[in-house]
Formats: sequence, C-alpha cells, structure tokens
Amino acid sequence: MTYRLAPIDKDSFAAEREDDFTVIGSVVQRSDALGHVTGRTEFFEDVAPPGMLHLKMHRSARHHARIRGVDLTAALEVPGVTRILTHADIPNNLYTPLKLIGVGPDDEPILAVDKVRYLGEPICAVVAESEAAALEGVARIRVDYEDLPAVFDVEEALAEGAPLVNEYHGRNFFTYEGHHCRRIRFGDVEKAFAQADHIFEWRYESAPIEQAPTETTGCVVVPQADGRLRIHSDTQACFFTLDNTALILQTPFNKLRIVGGTVGGGFGGKVDVVVEPVACVAAMTTGRPVKFVYGRYEEMQVSSPRAAERIYIKDAVMGDGRIIGRKVTLYVDSGAYARHTPYGTTKAAAHLPGPYSIPNVWADCHCVFTNRTPSSAMRGFGVTIGDFALESQMDRIARALSMDPLRLRLLNAYRDGDLKAHRKVAEGTALVEVIQKAAEMSGHELPEAYRRMSSTTREGL
Amino acid sequence: MSSQIVSLVVNGEPREFIAKPGTTLLAVLRDSLGLTAAKRGCAQGSCGTCTVLVDDRPVTACLIAVETVSGASVRTLEGVAAGGDLDEVQSAFVDNFATQCGFCTAGMIMVAEALLDRDPDPSQEDVAEAISGNVCRCTGYQPIMIAILDAARRRRGESPKPVPASEETVSREEKVSR
Repeated sequence: MTYRLAPIDKDSFAAEREDDFTVIGSVVQRSDALGHVTGRTEFFEDVAPPGMLHLKMHRSARHHARIRGVDLTAALEVPGVTRILTHADIPNNLYTPLKLIGVGPDDEPILAVDKVRYLGEPICAVVAESEAAALEGVARIRVDYEDLPAVFDVEEALAEGAPLVNEYHGRNFFTYEGHHCRRIRFGDVEKAFAQADHIFEWRYESAPIEQAPTETTGCVVVPQADGRLRIHSDTQACFFTLDNTALILQTPFNKLRIVGGTVGGGFGGKVDVVVEPVACVAAMTTGRPVKFVYGRYEEMQVSSPRAAERIYIKDAVMGDGRIIGRKVTLYVDSGAYARHTPYGTTKAAAHLPGPYSIPNVWADCHCVFTNRTPSSAMRGFGVTIGDFALESQMDRIARALSMDPLRLRLLNAYRDGDLKAHRKVAEGTALVEVIQKAAEMSGHELPEAYRRMSSTTREGL
Repeated sequence: MSSQIVSLVVNGEPREFIAKPGTTLLAVLRDSLGLTAAKRGCAQGSCGTCTVLVDDRPVTACLIAVETVSGASVRTLEGVAAGGDLDEVQSAFVDNFATQCGFCTAGMIMVAEALLDRDPDPSQEDVAEAISGNVCRCTGYQPIMIAILDAARRRRGESPKPVPASEETVSREEKVSR
C-alpha cells in the first residue's frame, strides 16, 4: 500500500525539469522497517557481552570551581567497584572534536584536572560489576571545590572584568583567524541608515534546546583477542568518533572498530565524542567489556544542546519596503567548551542576511564561552535561530509598514545573479516561487504583479 | 533480602529465573531472558519505550518489580507473530512509515495490540489516548495513529487504508482534529 500526502509540484521550473527520477515520486520501504516492527533491530544497548562492567560518571556539582582535591576512599570500598578512572588514566586528556578539520586549540579535558567549568562536567569514572554499584561509587566520591565566579550570559561574558571561563582560549570568545568574531562587511550600512526612510532595530533571543532522543547517549566497548576494541555505539558519526577516540587514546586508528549506524534518535545530539573514549580506557585497563550509557537526567543536563543565541538586527528600510541595509550582531553561547559551536557560528554568519538581496550588510557573529553546558550540533544548528530572528524581523517590518508580509519578502527576495553579501553570486534560487506557491495553497491573495515575479528574471522589481 | 525464584509465562512459554528483590521486569526481559525489543528510554515510566503487556494490559516494564507480577502472562514484541508473517499492526506500521529510528516502535506496537484486542474499531481519539504514554521523537505521532487505525481496519477484515487522492493535501491541524 503506497500513498503520499502531497503531490510533487511539477509546474515550477518546468523548463528545468527532466522528470527522469527513479526514486523521487515513488514509495520505497525503509530498509530497517522490518527489524523495527519485529524488535530485531540491534541497538547498542541490546548487546550484552558476558562479564560486562558498568561505568558511571561523577560529575561537577559546581558551575565554575577549582578542584582542590578528590577523595575516592569511600567509593573504592563499595562492593563491586573495580576501578575509578581519573584524568591521569586518559592517554591524551585534552581534545576538541573539530581538530579533525583543523579547528583548535584543544580546550576540553575528558576528565577534569584542576578545574570544572560547567555543572555536570565529568570528573571521575566509576567502573563496577553492576550499574547499582557504579552509581553507589559515584555517590560516595567527595570533591573539594573552591568556587569561582561564574558567567552565564554571552554579553556579560564579553564585558570587561568577566571571569575567564576557558584558559585554553585565553578570552571568552573563539578567535577566527585572528579576529574576535566571524564578520561580514558588504557595502556601507551606515550610509544606508542615513538614507533610509525607516530604521527598525529589534533584539531576539533563544534558550538552549535539548535534542531529547528516546535512546540516551551510550556505548558498549568489547576488548578483542587481537588487542583491538570493538565499540558498539549510538553515535551519529561513526568515523568521526573513531578518529577522535583514537587521538584521545593515542592509539592507531586500526585498533578501534565501531559498530554503529543504528541510532535511537539523535538530531545532532550524538555527534560529540563523549562516552566512547572513557569507556575504551575502562575496557583497556580492566580487559573486560564496559558499558557507559547516560541516564535520562544526564541526557538532559550534560548532553550538548542547541546553543542559546542572542541576535540584534538593525535594518534600513525604504517606504516601499525595500531593505537597503542590514546590521546584525549575533552571539552564540558555546558553553564552557568549543565542541561544534565555532562551526555553528560560522554557519550563522554564512546564513546572513537571510535569503534577501540587501546591498549593504554588516555582521559580527560571536562564539562566546560561558559556564553553561557546552552546546553543539542540532538540526541546522547556527541557522535555525538566525532564521527565527530574520523572519520575525521581516514580519515586524511588514507590520510597521502596514504591508503584506509575503509581498515584503517577494520584493526583497534574492534572484539568480544577485551578488550576496559573501561575494557569491546567487544561483538556483527558488524563494519567489516557494512564496507564490505557499500563498496559493493557503488562499493568500497576491496581486498580478507579484504572481508574475520569478527567481530567474527581474520582473516586477 | 535474598533473591527468589520468579515464574512468568512469557510469550506463551513458562519461564523461571532468579531475581533480586526490586529487579524490574524490564531488566529481567532484557538481561535474563535476552528479549531486547522493549527498550530503556527513561527508566522512570515516562517515555513508554519499555511497554509490554502483563495479563493483556500495557505496562511500563521499567517500573514493575518483577516479584510483584509473579505468575503473570507477559507479552513482548518478540511474541507478536513470532516466527510467522507480520501481524496487522506490524504490517500497517511498515506500510504507513510509522517507524523511523525504531526506538519507540516496540512500545507503540504493544499499546496498539492491547487497544485493538479490547476495541476492534477505535476512534482517532481512542488511538491518541492509547499512545499518550509513549514518546516518539522522530516519526511523529500522525503516521503512528494512521497506522494503528489502518491496522484496526485490516484486523476487521477490511482492505488496507485506501490510497488518499493526491489532492488530499490536508493541513496537519485538520488531520489531527478529524
């Protein structure tokens, strides 16, 4: 039985279509569907090798503190606790996941050394015969903290005198090729503001968003007779995880094998390499299989969310709705460590000023360190919150000018051949047609002049 | 307290095992009996991924101390159409794309089985109520509800859900309110 809820639109760009699709337009059964409906799909936690140990993490109870001492005595006395790992057990304790594509510096310890920078940061890993014994061991570890002032707000973090979050960066922001942020400079926005009929400036802000997969982050590591480690993981990025784990273990890549690809929901939340390295060390030091899986509380508290953002947009707008200048100051809250957020901030800059042709654009996009949970990937990270701000801005401008918000967008939408703020020529644009189609489907009347607009011509402008 | 021998009838087979007091039904199914279709999602009864049927009623197995259901009949996804063709619910889930990552699927199918056993002709509201304790994070609830209603139709001997005409591009809100 096959059906689709919406037909394929064959009218738009008809001249460019060949319609020789062999898959698009037909219904193809998922290759994993039979496993899912019979319960035979193997997720990482369905693997239960004999003799498996359980790893649980003792985490920071402070947002920002120096560690004066760690007392493992009572934890080691818990029956069933076999081993407690600290930073000294990790071959290469300092890393950053994007070093694989040349992003640095290494700024995050696998296990905390002398300082914690966010609530829930891993300090010691308890390895035990049962999950209950591991949890009991975790509860009995005593950490002596010396509290440090913490900062939770991106603009406060950049202000003079703010507490320094991450010493490896030296400042509370990520440095892009010597610059304090990702920048766009195109035309002259100040001149545009001087010429504009209206200036609209608003502020937008988002909270961190947890991906909340139904399956929590975790892995089972099984030592092999040949000295290799077999890692059953729910990572979204098998090879990325393998390479980063090998660097952290200081082991050749071919000593690790990842069995993965079956992920119980990820949405970007399972691309940081946060469970495999320490589970591998536990398996290597004990010679036994080890499982490290987050509880639901850990998933919510420490798995890296979509970054919080704060965005200021100031627009120079003419009376007819044309936007002639756009100035954006955007802050992305990276939390205590970089993870994937320097990349996300670059994506945010790349996405500005939205899909509109604006002749004067100025943007500063800051990747800021605070004492919050490190943020990272989630579905279109770096782009979606910017879109929320940009499109809210468009609606508010339309309202202020008593204009139809669709017409405002059609008037400003980029067309093929336009030079974008990044000095790239727009090609394959389709915003005009998408808006026209949306208007048609929702019964939103557009005047003839707007219905005749096209992405490939300049008609109506 | 010492461990005790607990008996259950699991998917029609009598099973015995030794369990410490407080061992959850989920742990017994997954760790002692190797039945891993039911998943641990939250371990606090709020996500429904561990749903199995105990004496035909859907329960969250992560909250059930196994000694409290000694002697009960337990049905898991492994016991649905075991060794044979897919049953109506399973095939309707496949055909209606009601599974994506698959982690919630076992729980969803088990609540659907319990619903259709008790009510062969449920309304959309009945289906929504039945799955209200089960969290799905990727497929979306709509294909799951469509699949369960389709399964009911198949189980009543009616033909599978007819192919909607392509012009039936109803909005999400309209579909939910139907």
